[in-house]
Amino acid sequence: MTTVMFLLGGLFVALVVALMFAASSSGYGGLVPIIGLAGIGVAFYQWWNSDRTAMKAMRAREVSPEEAPELHGMIDRLCALADMPKPRVGIADLDLPNAFATGRSPDRAVVCVTTGIMGKLTPEELEAVLAHELSHVAHRDVLVMTVASSAGIVAGMLMHGARFGALAGRRDRNSAAFFMITLVVSLVVYAISFFLTRLLSRYRELSADRAGAYLTMKPAALATALQKITGEISAIPQRDLRASQALNAFFIAPAISGATLKTLTSTHPSLEQRLEQLARIQAELGRPAS
Amino acid sequence: MGFWKAVTGRSGPVPARLDALFEVPSAAVILQTETGFTPAGTGSVCYRGAAGAAFAQAQRDIVDLLQAAPSAPEVQVSADSFGFTWLTVAGDPGDSSGLCTDLHAVNTTLEAAGFGSGLLCTLIPFRDASDRRLGLVYLYKQGTFYPFAPTGPQQRDNLLEIHMRDALAQELPMENDLQRWLAVWDAPGL
Repeated sequence: MTTVMFLLGGLFVALVVALMFAASSSGYGGLVPIIGLAGIGVAFYQWWNSDRTAMKAMRAREVSPEEAPELHGMIDRLCALADMPKPRVGIADLDLPNAFATGRSPDRAVVCVTTGIMGKLTPEELEAVLAHELSHVAHRDVLVMTVASSAGIVAGMLMHGARFGALAGRRDRNSAAFFMITLVVSLVVYAISFFLTRLLSRYRELSADRAGAYLTMKPAALATALQKITGEISAIPQRDLRASQALNAFFIAPAISGATLKTLTSTHPSLEQRLEQLARIQAELGRPAS
Repeated sequence: MGFWKAVTGRSGPVPARLDALFEVPSAAVILQTETGFTPAGTGSVCYRGAAGAAFAQAQRDIVDLLQAAPSAPEVQVSADSFGFTWLTVAGDPGDSSGLCTDLHAVNTTLEAAGFGSGLLCTLIPFRDASDRRLGLVYLYKQGTFYPFAPTGPQQRDNLLEIHMRDALAQELPMENDLQRWLAVWDAPGL
């Protein structure tokens, strides 16, 4: 669910870049750095308030140790094992099995689970999911992803600076051709930063899987939890069935393996990739000491 | 854990601190003279058992090692509802330094097998004349102690705990963050 926050950030970068374009092309070039700074300011604000915003967006409420003793007990023990401050705990009343962690720092973090995930997973699997989320907190993923998506805004500002700097001596600097070139280059910069942000997000997910599996020492529990969660989500079709079936019927296996657009833009690594990593950790933990 | 390692997503398991356990015998004397609590003679180590053969082998080695010792304490392995394993060693109530040596043997064997990061806590139960129960808990990752005094199925005597913290503050590194005072209700030996 952290991914929802990341998605919104991406959309926001696009908006700021577009605004800067509008300002400079309509003659208010001086506004460009101000818009850029305001954009970074909003990104900062989002990060600063990420715990409250995410809790509200998910309609989650904070629960006390008396209300959810098992959940708190699990998190208490995991935090003692990982030697990290205990985050606040929230429960969202949703059937969708999911969990997320946000907050500007480990001291101000909140870990939230849905009622769906609590009903669907065994205690052992729930613990594995919580360890994954706590690893997100320990790795400061909200901060890292905010900085990464702000990079798009900074790139846009530098583009404009370069444009006015390099073309200062030219009389035709506002001609249509130059405008088109800047537009295209800016879009390319944005697209690259978009894919890089996604790449970073997938890397962070794998890092959290790994750290979580070493924390609970039960990679198998995280593996079955992931299978249960993703199985449930992908059971709801994303596309119109008629649209995809016509072509897929001709393929025994997907035509393009490896880097498809879907794997490049997804915020999470594929289930196979995650299970492979967990299997490696399992093998490493099980190897007898010589 | 370093900030850079955390931000690059390469944090590793936290190693356990083992040596503070040897300060327990002198603390037990203080407890006995100042508050009337005496050691119950048992002690237990709580750890997360890893999946796989390597861990099962390490745990067997521990039990064999303890039972081969000259004191040959009684060893019991049990699991709790949070998926942690409790290894309880029962020895002579008067010999708390022998008990600590046994517990330390458990820790070092686990650490030598590469499972030191799975150690959660050690609990040494005490009792007083009015049959009040008190557990002295050592947190391996923080390297601190805290008192745990259960009075009922889900109730603990916070006043007694705070009193014990103050009584032992000179002797042991006590945990200052009260949120870390884990409630270990179903701990064996309490």
